[in-house]
Amino acid sequence: MSGILVLVELAGGAPDRLSAEALGFAGTVAKASGVAFDAVVVVGGNDAGAAESAAAGLGGYGVGTVQLATSDRLSSFAPAAWAAAVTGVVGSGSYDAVIAPGSDTATEVLAHVAARTGQPMAANVVSAEPRQPDGSGPWRITRQRWAGSLLEEATLDGQPRLLTVAPHVVPAAEPAAGAAPATVARVVADVTDADLRARVVGRDVASGDRISLSDAKVVVGGGRGMGSSEAFAMLDELAGLLGAAVGVSRVATSLGWRPHTQQIGQTGTRIAPDLYIACGISGAIQHIVGAKSAKRILVINTDPEAPIFRRATYAVIGDVHAVVPAITAEVRRVKGAG
Amino acid sequence: MRILVLVKRVPATGGRIVLADDGRSIDTRFLGFVVSPHEECGVEEAVRLIEANGGESVVMTLGPAEAADQLRDALAVGIDRGVLLETDGSDWDPLATATALTEAVRRLEAADGPFDLILVGNESADSGGFQVGIRLAVALDRPVVTGIKALEINDGVATARRQVSGGFDIYELPLPAVVGVREGINLPRYPSVPGRLRARKKEIETSSPEKVPGGPTLDRLMLPVEQEAQAEILGHGPEAAPRVVEVLRELGVL
Repeated sequence: MSGILVLVELAGGAPDRLSAEALGFAGTVAKASGVAFDAVVVVGGNDAGAAESAAAGLGGYGVGTVQLATSDRLSSFAPAAWAAAVTGVVGSGSYDAVIAPGSDTATEVLAHVAARTGQPMAANVVSAEPRQPDGSGPWRITRQRWAGSLLEEATLDGQPRLLTVAPHVVPAAEPAAGAAPATVARVVADVTDADLRARVVGRDVASGDRISLSDAKVVVGGGRGMGSSEAFAMLDELAGLLGAAVGVSRVATSLGWRPHTQQIGQTGTRIAPDLYIACGISGAIQHIVGAKSAKRILVINTDPEAPIFRRATYAVIGDVHAVVPAITAEVRRVKGAG
Repeated sequence: MRILVLVKRVPATGGRIVLADDGRSIDTRFLGFVVSPHEECGVEEAVRLIEANGGESVVMTLGPAEAADQLRDALAVGIDRGVLLETDGSDWDPLATATALTEAVRRLEAADGPFDLILVGNESADSGGFQVGIRLAVALDRPVVTGIKALEINDGVATARRQVSGGFDIYELPLPAVVGVREGINLPRYPSVPGRLRARKKEIETSSPEKVPGGPTLDRLMLPVEQEAQAEILGHGPEAAPRVVEVLRELGVL
């Protein structure tokens, strides 16, 4: 076995969170197989100088050589162009595996690499081990289905094997202090006109200063049990008092009660608050996978058999239309007294 | 304009997944089936674009004979034609799926002309491979972008928006192109009764592709070990409010 290549996305001079997770994942596999691992970083020509020191810093994560793939044609993100750069690095080495973070962009780029090279690819992998001690032959992997509510054990082969790491399942690697810097090798990426057909041409900055659902410390959520779009006013009011963001289940968006930007779930936003107050939500898998990173869940629901109670830290059995206004009134009373 | 939308039949899992005895599939005996959510929005987007621009829309799926139901769901909301690539219902890996779809697109285009736009879901709800649309685009040598939540077509150029932290990245790509959409790009309509009746009468164009496995190969499915919470009951009805507020204070929320 000759080595592993990790696709790293930099943010502010260091690997971003999901890249640090991919580095940790690769480190585990490389250690078990006794091989070295390299990294590939793709940057535009103008940014290559600045990326060089960040690339060298990947030595702290155990990376031997960083392939810094650059081209003047990589000035704005183009999935196929990034894939061309990575494919060039893959073709020049004899890597057994390419491991990418589970971000939207890295997943998309690796799928392009897989398509260009005709190799299989496994997305959202949580663990991987070669079946042979020397790392040759097929790998046994475990990957997520249904956004993690189901796991699949599968066999992945390929030259190289291509996989992305499921977000927030493995710990992010921490850089070791005093480690030797990685060797940085500049590679010129071969980007064609065809690779630039789909590319970023601009950015729309989100307006408004509402609390972001994905970053909120407290989230108040409403589902089918709210019964109408008007009933969400009581959640807005409670959220306002608690400094919380409002989220909703899929049914609340598909009924048109609330915009999709507020949807928590497999096809919406994943939340990770300290407290999630789930009102009139039964707890379909679609919703639960978006809320499972919440530290505590307070459930308010009439049906004590609803699946969401299996995830609840605290529960109030009752109708949200009566319970939520009572809580709001009590919060006001306590705040007034304080 | 001609638009092809690809969909996948998936079980509506509700609150709990139960595995079948073979350990390689979900027990679907008591479950309904739906079009995977991102693709349901792909269907709606195709219908809207054809309503605005004129032309023909086609929906295609690879799946068991019963997947004709999901094609009829799409026909019921305004898609013109349904194409079924019928399988024996076994698991098809992403490479095998993409190969069969590519062959089928080539066949459809040879017969009736090229598609200006092929819409796919960003990822299927069940297997979540995140790659079939991209493999199809690369095989057909067409530009592709995925994760799209807003789409406009003007003068042969698609302008597509992908949600990123703090806003949207705007992509441009010339047609013909492949676009992977996400739920939220639109709110799919419900089929009308006449729409359902019309869909029931339409012929589904069916063929049986050859399965060319490429991997990864599914060995078995497992339910993740979940630590089920033992909830502390704070009370029943509005009388629970004082205890709830006490907990909010303990947690430092208030």
